[in-house]
Amino acid sequence: MAKFEPVLMAQMSKPECWTMKVYEQNGGYKALHKALKEMTPDSVTETVKQSGLRGRGGAGFPTGLKWTFLPKNHPGPIYMCINADESEPGTFNNRYLMELDPHQVIEGIIISCFATKATTAYIYLRYEYPLSWKRLQAALDECYAKGYLGKNILGTEFSLDIYLHKGAGAYICGEETGLIESLEGKRAWPRIKPPFPAIEGVFRKPTVVNNIETVACVTHIINRGVEWFKSIGIPADPNNPRDAGSYGPKLYCLSGHINKPGCYEAPLGITTRQLIDEYGGGIWKNRKAKAAIPGGISMGLITEKEFDVPLDFNALGKVGCLGLGTAAVVVMDETVSMVDFLHNSAQFFKHESCGQCTPCREGTAWAKTMLDRIKAGKGRLKDLDLLLEIGDTIGIIPGTTICGLSDGAAWPLKNAIRKFRSEFEDYVKQTNPLGYMETAPVNALPMLAH
Amino acid sequence: MAAATENKVLTPEMVKAITDLFPRYPNKRAVTLPAIHIVNDALRYVPMRAVVEIAQLLELKPAEVQDTLSFYGIFKQDAPHGQTRAWICRSVSCMLRGGYELLDHMCEKTGLHPGECTSDGKLTVEYAECLGACEYAPCMLANETLHTDVSIEKADKFLKDLGVTANAKH
Repeated sequence: MAKFEPVLMAQMSKPECWTMKVYEQNGGYKALHKALKEMTPDSVTETVKQSGLRGRGGAGFPTGLKWTFLPKNHPGPIYMCINADESEPGTFNNRYLMELDPHQVIEGIIISCFATKATTAYIYLRYEYPLSWKRLQAALDECYAKGYLGKNILGTEFSLDIYLHKGAGAYICGEETGLIESLEGKRAWPRIKPPFPAIEGVFRKPTVVNNIETVACVTHIINRGVEWFKSIGIPADPNNPRDAGSYGPKLYCLSGHINKPGCYEAPLGITTRQLIDEYGGGIWKNRKAKAAIPGGISMGLITEKEFDVPLDFNALGKVGCLGLGTAAVVVMDETVSMVDFLHNSAQFFKHESCGQCTPCREGTAWAKTMLDRIKAGKGRLKDLDLLLEIGDTIGIIPGTTICGLSDGAAWPLKNAIRKFRSEFEDYVKQTNPLGYMETAPVNALPMLAH
Repeated sequence: MAAATENKVLTPEMVKAITDLFPRYPNKRAVTLPAIHIVNDALRYVPMRAVVEIAQLLELKPAEVQDTLSFYGIFKQDAPHGQTRAWICRSVSCMLRGGYELLDHMCEKTGLHPGECTSDGKLTVEYAECLGACEYAPCMLANETLHTDVSIEKADKFLKDLGVTANAKH
């Protein structure tokens, strides 16, 4: 296999890499010219479909296929929503793209809108990224001045406006229909599907929701072609008819107990061990690794023994994880208590459950309450089974909720307790020697800041 | 009270900033969150009177604006947050590298609970879920400035530079 050449991060070390001048000096907006002058919307869609590009936001749905779900010959308007509400714990790759190479993202948005015949795109950007906001707005202004946005782009019939829309600190806005509701000015309660956004999305019009990194990949697919994209990554598993392959470059976020935390571009399918050793400079303080979150906290947990599993869309399911998610790898060293980890996870999901579906609202809250008690030395063995019962019954997979937020809450619960059961049992026995066998109902503890 | 209700909370500048956004969306309701942000950026809170005025501009019921506003945890309504609002991340990557200790230290040093403001109005300390700066853990977002790898020493310097003294709660 040829040596991997980064493309998404290739320009990020150059001075003022966020400006149009630097972007165009390095071949920027060539893909836009190619798409608008030499291709049709259908041929762009077909190219993206053939490339096997799968959404980088978490679910990994094939991007080209998603675009084809839009109704044919729709009178319009068709909307594009760009999901930049990056808030999965451990994830910051979209921030790199928006802060350091926003034109790459915008070029991808313009091409994606051309392909889907969308005439307005909203970038839903999380509140916590003020620098991304500034850089994106400056880049959009440059695009309007240059005629890459607005009416009759590059002298063609195609017109497009892109607007930034600021979120307000709610994780659920990263769920595509939650994002749509929020954009409409309402509380971000996810919608029951169908209808899918492609049929009835924002403002009840056909809508495509794509992630920042996904549209950045579109730019390079148009530039370099399908063959190039498919030469990177892991081909579809012939034994899994549902695996559409894991092609292309990916931005992996590496954080936690690592010597060199950061965002690294690698071919899809690199392993956690390779990421830690080849990019992250090993575990900090000369310690050993204990476990890692493979793709954002929602995806669950892998043990050190599972570090050789490829971080792609297919393989993580084989070790009991939910999937690749956002490819955010959070490494924990041997000193980390799994009780502390799980408590932190439960705290996050309790805070971020939108409250619409009872199993999620109550399940995440009770998981946090029980873990508060376990952490405080009043845990019981029975609590571990109760936590697993919550984990097995909340979410879109068991079919009790509208969106996948509580699947994300369930996976750390299930993985941590099933993969580290003896540690949880030992903790409960040691911290609550007189009461760990109790089964009668017990009171919750007062709430703390963390 | 009669005089107070005649005084508008939204300045002409805020109203213009809000109405300038109307052409971007097919209906006015979509401007709800941007309008709340415009008021919050200016006043550091969104009092109920502002909610009513936003609703008038957007041709909505005040309850509809309030419903949206209250869904998001970040808008204060009773009193402004501090001139600096410091969000300290408590999610997993920061927790692993001292985020809890940082949050506890900031609270102990200032005498504030998360969400509270110093009596001189200089600083509000908040906890945040993942700030998306995990490579810089533990991190803190103070207004628009991201503080990276925030040690206890860096936190003390931050407080000193702001002029926040120990036990600054009213």
